[in-house]
Amino acid sequence: MSSIWAFLGIPPQALFGQLMVGLINGAFYAMLSLGLALIFGMLNIINFAHGALYMMGAFAAYFLLNFFGIGYWPALLLAPLIVGAFGMVIERLFLKQLYGLDHLYGLLLTFGLALILEGVFRELYGSSGLPYAPPPELTGGYNLGFMYLPTYRGWVVVASAIVCIGTWLLIEKTRLGAYLRAATENPALVQAFGINVPAMITLTYGLGVALAAFAGVLAAPIYSVNPLMGSNLIIIVFAVVVIGGMGSILGSVITGFMLGLLEGLTKVFYPEASNTVIFVVMAIVLLIKPQGLFGRAN
Amino acid sequence: MSAKSNGSAATPVLYTVLLAVAIAAPFFVYPQFLMRGLCLALFASAFNLLLGYVGLLSFGHAAFFGFAAYVTGHLAKFGTVFLPYFTPFSTPRLHWLEIPMPPWTPELAILGGAFAATLLGLIIGGIAIRRQGIYFAMVTLALAQMLYFFCVQAPFTHGEDGIQAIPRGYLFGAIDMNNSLSMYYFVLAAFILCFLIIQRTIHSPFGQTLKAIRENEPRAISLGYNADRYKLLAFVISAGLAGVAGSLFALVFQIATLNNVHWHTSGEVVLMTLLGGMGTVLGPMVGAFLVAGIQQYLAAFGAWVSIFQGIIFVACVLLFRRGIVGEIQAFRRGGNKAEEEAPAPAVTSHSAAPSPAGE
Repeated sequence: MSSIWAFLGIPPQALFGQLMVGLINGAFYAMLSLGLALIFGMLNIINFAHGALYMMGAFAAYFLLNFFGIGYWPALLLAPLIVGAFGMVIERLFLKQLYGLDHLYGLLLTFGLALILEGVFRELYGSSGLPYAPPPELTGGYNLGFMYLPTYRGWVVVASAIVCIGTWLLIEKTRLGAYLRAATENPALVQAFGINVPAMITLTYGLGVALAAFAGVLAAPIYSVNPLMGSNLIIIVFAVVVIGGMGSILGSVITGFMLGLLEGLTKVFYPEASNTVIFVVMAIVLLIKPQGLFGRAN
Repeated sequence: MSAKSNGSAATPVLYTVLLAVAIAAPFFVYPQFLMRGLCLALFASAFNLLLGYVGLLSFGHAAFFGFAAYVTGHLAKFGTVFLPYFTPFSTPRLHWLEIPMPPWTPELAILGGAFAATLLGLIIGGIAIRRQGIYFAMVTLALAQMLYFFCVQAPFTHGEDGIQAIPRGYLFGAIDMNNSLSMYYFVLAAFILCFLIIQRTIHSPFGQTLKAIRENEPRAISLGYNADRYKLLAFVISAGLAGVAGSLFALVFQIATLNNVHWHTSGEVVLMTLLGGMGTVLGPMVGAFLVAGIQQYLAAFGAWVSIFQGIIFVACVLLFRRGIVGEIQAFRRGGNKAEEEAPAPAVTSHSAAPSPAGE
């Protein structure tokens, strides 16, 4: 066993530690790209504000704690609800007016919204970041022998996996999910069956946004609560979405986790490329299979 | 088409007036501001060539602007040329072969920057045109972000510091560019030259084919046009001209930083074009000067620049999608009610195409 580590030239703690970090990043990629895919499927809009809404999720948790004394566990439920409701207001006020126009206008509008949201939070809270402590139940960690696992990080991976699978079940196995999928395929026909498609669209946007906010709450104790925490992440998530293709819910989840792991591995073996490896993968996928790994062929 | 046929008698007059204003302007307005405006106007016009006339929304044009700024700054200050090579076996690392050279004169440094941007445009464009619509925007954004991280790490960009104190040098080895008037007129001349190149491109048969592809890509393909090749060439031209803009910017402000390759800059060029009017000739220039003005006056208010820019984005998309110049043209056309042309729809191809195929 030890000869393997000697051959690789790295201690196992470093390898598994980075793989864990990669898995955490992958969890965030998965939750965000899942939300993007949901929204895109229903609204035909790429939600550029997704990163800003993720940031708002983290801030919502921070506000709940510091202004109302509401802790982490309720915030995990309340923050997505609050930010999701905010998202639905955005959809009703702004996005609704763009249906039927070219998809690019949705991208431009949500880009503008992202600039506004980030600018407002930057104006109010600077860009240095605010601390948010993990709940006492999740502090500390376990020594697994080959690596040290901080409890909170383990929790993030488990929680995100549960949420991703839950969303998948919701979409694939429930009546509401069946309506959603049908409305994605043919909104006019579903409307004709007496289902309120505009309400479903609003709900879908709210759900996607809530997923982003949930990811934001999970991220708050790991990264500090920072107005710019979403803007760089969202570009990587775009690359993840291009790699996976937005055709499949499960596809975007798997792609998210895989790319997080790959990024972690790169940090171990070739750290200079760890920032760029996902973009390189995107370029390669585009050259070989332009519609993405799980995308439907045109 | 739209620019020429629309008020054809007024157009030469308008251009003459604009030229006269541009020549007289540095005696009335701070030349640094005018040069910033001209650089951004060229950047936006280059971007508009792609968005307005091919219908491709690139969200990564800062890559060409900023990278050309770095290359020009480096060549004008140090002159050393680096050639990359890769050793895959012993230690898998990228190495740089250094060819020592004296600092380049400004015109050669700009050509060098433009060349680098053109090459980069060939690579990024070649990958990005494999997807359309929204995906194209995301791919260009992601690839530009990759270049951003490259610029953070590459030694020649000097990381967070950027390349500072770039000498403006002597144009053709003779004219002192430290004089802000000579610098201004040089920037103006370069701008006019590039503007003419863009005009020539738009009104050439090549440009007509681009518009055909924008309006209906499957039909253009069925008529025998290699749409991908046309799109790639348009992308490369746009990237090269954006590179000229970035190179000029580096010489004017004597600094090349990470700001220029950041996605914020990509967003700003989209904003200028959207605000001024996509697919109009003068729109990007109007938008560029307005955005430059916003940056100038709100610079002291920190995050307010981005809030304000966001509000303009939202307002443009919701209220006046044709942009300022586009709305004026539509208004005048409405007054004359003679013209048959569609009101510069800019990007409608994918939603109108018979086989959007989920793009």
